[in-house]
Amino acid sequence: MASLTDLTLTEAQTGLASGDFSSKELTEAHITAIEGARDLNAFVIETPERAIEDAERSDKRRASGEVGGIEGLPIAIKDLFCTKGVQSTAASKMLEGFVPPYESTVTAQMVEAGMVMLGKTNLDEFAMGSSNETSYFGPVVNPWKRNSDDQPLVPGGSSGGSAAAVAARLCLAATGTDTGGSIRQPASFCGIVGMKPTYGRCSRWGIVAFASSLDQAGPMTRTVRDSALLLQSMVGFDPKDTTSADVPVPDFQAALGQDIKGLKIGIPSEYRLDGTDPEILGLWDQGIKWLEEAGAETVEVSLPRTKYALPVYYIIAPAEASSNLARYDGMRYGLRVEGDTLTDVYENTRGEGFGAEVRRRILMGTYVLSAGYYDAYYIKAQKVRKLIADEFSVAFEQVDAILTPTVPSAAFAHGEKSDDLLAMYLNDVLTVPASLAGLPGISVPAGLSSDGLPLGLQLITKAFDEETLFRVADVIEQSAKFTGRPDMKA
Amino acid sequence: MSEKNLIKGQTGDWEVVIGLEVHAQVIAEAKLFSGADTSFGAEPNEQVSLVDAAMPGMLPVINKKALEQAVRTGLGIKAQINRFSVFDRKNYFYPDLPQGYQISQFSDPIVGKGEIVIDMEDGESRTVGITRIHLEQDAGKSVHDMDPISTYVDLNRSGVPLMEIVSEPDLRSADEAAAYLTKLRAILRYLGTCDGNMEQGSMRCDANVSVRKPGDDLGTRCEIKNVNSIRFAAQAIEYEARRQIEVIEGGGTIDQETRLFDANKGVTRSMRSKEEAHDYRYFPDPDLLPVNLSEEFVEEIRASLPELPDEKKDRFVSEFGLSAYDADVLVAEKAIAEYFEEAAKGQDAKTVANWVTSDLFGYLNKEGLEISESPVSAKQLGALVGLISDSTISGRIARDVFAEMCASGKDPGDIVEEKGLKQVSDSGELEGIVDEVIAKGTAQVEQYKSGNEKIIGWFVGQVMQATKGQANPQMVNEILRKKLTD
Repeated sequence: MASLTDLTLTEAQTGLASGDFSSKELTEAHITAIEGARDLNAFVIETPERAIEDAERSDKRRASGEVGGIEGLPIAIKDLFCTKGVQSTAASKMLEGFVPPYESTVTAQMVEAGMVMLGKTNLDEFAMGSSNETSYFGPVVNPWKRNSDDQPLVPGGSSGGSAAAVAARLCLAATGTDTGGSIRQPASFCGIVGMKPTYGRCSRWGIVAFASSLDQAGPMTRTVRDSALLLQSMVGFDPKDTTSADVPVPDFQAALGQDIKGLKIGIPSEYRLDGTDPEILGLWDQGIKWLEEAGAETVEVSLPRTKYALPVYYIIAPAEASSNLARYDGMRYGLRVEGDTLTDVYENTRGEGFGAEVRRRILMGTYVLSAGYYDAYYIKAQKVRKLIADEFSVAFEQVDAILTPTVPSAAFAHGEKSDDLLAMYLNDVLTVPASLAGLPGISVPAGLSSDGLPLGLQLITKAFDEETLFRVADVIEQSAKFTGRPDMKA
Repeated sequence: MSEKNLIKGQTGDWEVVIGLEVHAQVIAEAKLFSGADTSFGAEPNEQVSLVDAAMPGMLPVINKKALEQAVRTGLGIKAQINRFSVFDRKNYFYPDLPQGYQISQFSDPIVGKGEIVIDMEDGESRTVGITRIHLEQDAGKSVHDMDPISTYVDLNRSGVPLMEIVSEPDLRSADEAAAYLTKLRAILRYLGTCDGNMEQGSMRCDANVSVRKPGDDLGTRCEIKNVNSIRFAAQAIEYEARRQIEVIEGGGTIDQETRLFDANKGVTRSMRSKEEAHDYRYFPDPDLLPVNLSEEFVEEIRASLPELPDEKKDRFVSEFGLSAYDADVLVAEKAIAEYFEEAAKGQDAKTVANWVTSDLFGYLNKEGLEISESPVSAKQLGALVGLISDSTISGRIARDVFAEMCASGKDPGDIVEEKGLKQVSDSGELEGIVDEVIAKGTAQVEQYKSGNEKIIGWFVGQVMQATKGQANPQMVNEILRKKLTD
């Protein structure tokens, strides 16, 4: 039998069901793995005692015939989800030591479904970043190394800790959140499956807010089937989140294993950006061939406003963030740095509590909402956002899914893009359009670069059509036969 | 514009222009975006949910009752109901504002233009335009006087639902402003959308005041913030108008600024200038979807509207034959109107109206009681009027009975019975008494016969004395005239 940490989420579920091992054994194997991989810095906080307790309770439940959707499966939670009684930091000094007296809706549902929580994974501070280098608790190291040198690489961001942990076999799966690509981009960098559901599929209640109109939780796993399995326990209408959608929840795994004959797959030429790694364009062409071989029809679609997506995103997301983060004022919880006057307390607290990237985005957001700039930036960005969404709608009258690369490049080294803001922001250029339109997207590992790093392909479908998303992603996965895994010993 | 509203300055007459923004706490069972309780009088921070304290990841959920109440209020002032409205964030930092923004409505309020008719004491009516009503959440309360150094924050009010009711700059005097506030409060109470208790903070008012020479363009305005009684509002406006006139006539100019009213000194003081004004960076709250009201929702509320003061006044005049003035007084408060109607059931309404506005109000004012605390119930007052109408007691005796009712709370019939106050209307009995009085007053009979008809009062007095006031005065008069003329 393979090592317990090498199992997929689905295989582990089967193993538990047939009594091959207990949840406690499975959990202990992962706790050991986590302890052995602390140099990755994938976790802000490990919760081994809690995990063992969760596992023991799960084994008891199973013995009494009570089996939830993710019963006894050891999973890591991005430290953007508030977890009752467990420190929840958003990787910020501002919330260091903050222990919420409440549980986010998504994690509460996962607990209800039998999850064993291994700990809280590292991320870019307040989910703002594409490299996991902005975390107050230090950068996360990508378990993958490139062939050409031994430099530590970034895992992508903001869900970098989750992606690294899943890739390094520290957990069977993890939760992420995606605002402009924060699940899909690190999934691509770490060679795993990262899925962002339709905006409104998962409740945002209890997830530390970055940009409310974009934030969405999703699963990070090693296979498409695992993704469907985990998503099932995360979704659902929540009356506590007005923006969560009261729509029927399908059986996501039922969409897998179906053929895609006759499906139309859109290929948007506008995603063929200058500066995109030719290897990635090659992989994209390969993906098109796989889908055609499986019987799908590929169609050119036009999404001409794609080029405006990134600037629009960097107006809307910081605008919302500047307001969402106003509550961190040192008055009720989290960091407070004293001062002589009220203004001093605010300035000291927020100056020390927020890192440089968060401060930058608060400033950008404040600027675009200011009198005299609001119409020129925020309002205009909202109008363009609508046009981008409309463009997708038109395309989806024609096609069932859209195939693109996930990121224009493979993982880069720590510090490599830290001084070049634009280069850093360009990481999200291919994931941001679907975020702005609220559409579901998934990144599936599809190949390795010549330097030995994983590369992902992205699929996008229309809103609430996660079934087609999984159905096509399944075909990509089967065709790609991606078996690469990070060389843990290097 | 009527002349009497003008203020005399050294350089001539000045006109005051006033617009009011009233913050009315919505009766909605819970906060605007959380389920926390909003009842008055709780200990500090007892009514604070995770949402109200702006804990990380908490999300607002609109209280549907508050939407309903805002629509009800809009319909009550004959306003346009906006079926599409949006909640915006108004961003600023303050310790009693946990989220760092107030959720309010900026560009798309739930209620558009409407109107309120105000009734002045001289019987004149004026229509005041309402610009809009929007919903917003209240902030918490900063308490500065509990400690010499620290400020304490009470978040009980954080998130309490408010309607901001904005008037057009249609008011022209402090009295009109007071009449407007009184009428608005009455309408809100009739509708049951706000309890209007200003001393508990459930209704507050900001006054925008400017002055100009009649016919000129609008002057620069100052905003007086957070006035918490109708009397103070009138005082503040009066003071502010005279202050502005004095400044302008002294060669100065008015700075657009926010001012506070000091109720102890009766003056307004500068709080912050326009330059210090915040840039609130309003934008639509991405946590809340725009509000789309169905026609059905609005129509259901419309169908359930109660009779409002203006309609009630018209009905009191046409149905009961009351004077416009009496009707105004009676409809000014819902509780009084209800009391009156209950008392007037089956009775002479005009007599009931007189009793309510003179004797009952006189007693309540003297004792400092609200109508709801009246020891005399509406039914009892109606019964008292009934006893007068059917000649069981005279009007004069009725006053004594009323005093006894106030003191004991007893039914008028019981009091009349117990004390034997029943009017003597037996003509045989009365004739006997009259005969006795005439026999005693030979001198007065002479006077009467020589033409001094007023002397009849002496005879009536004697009869009343003999009957302890219970003789039917009309019958006594008739019998006396007949016997004296014989």
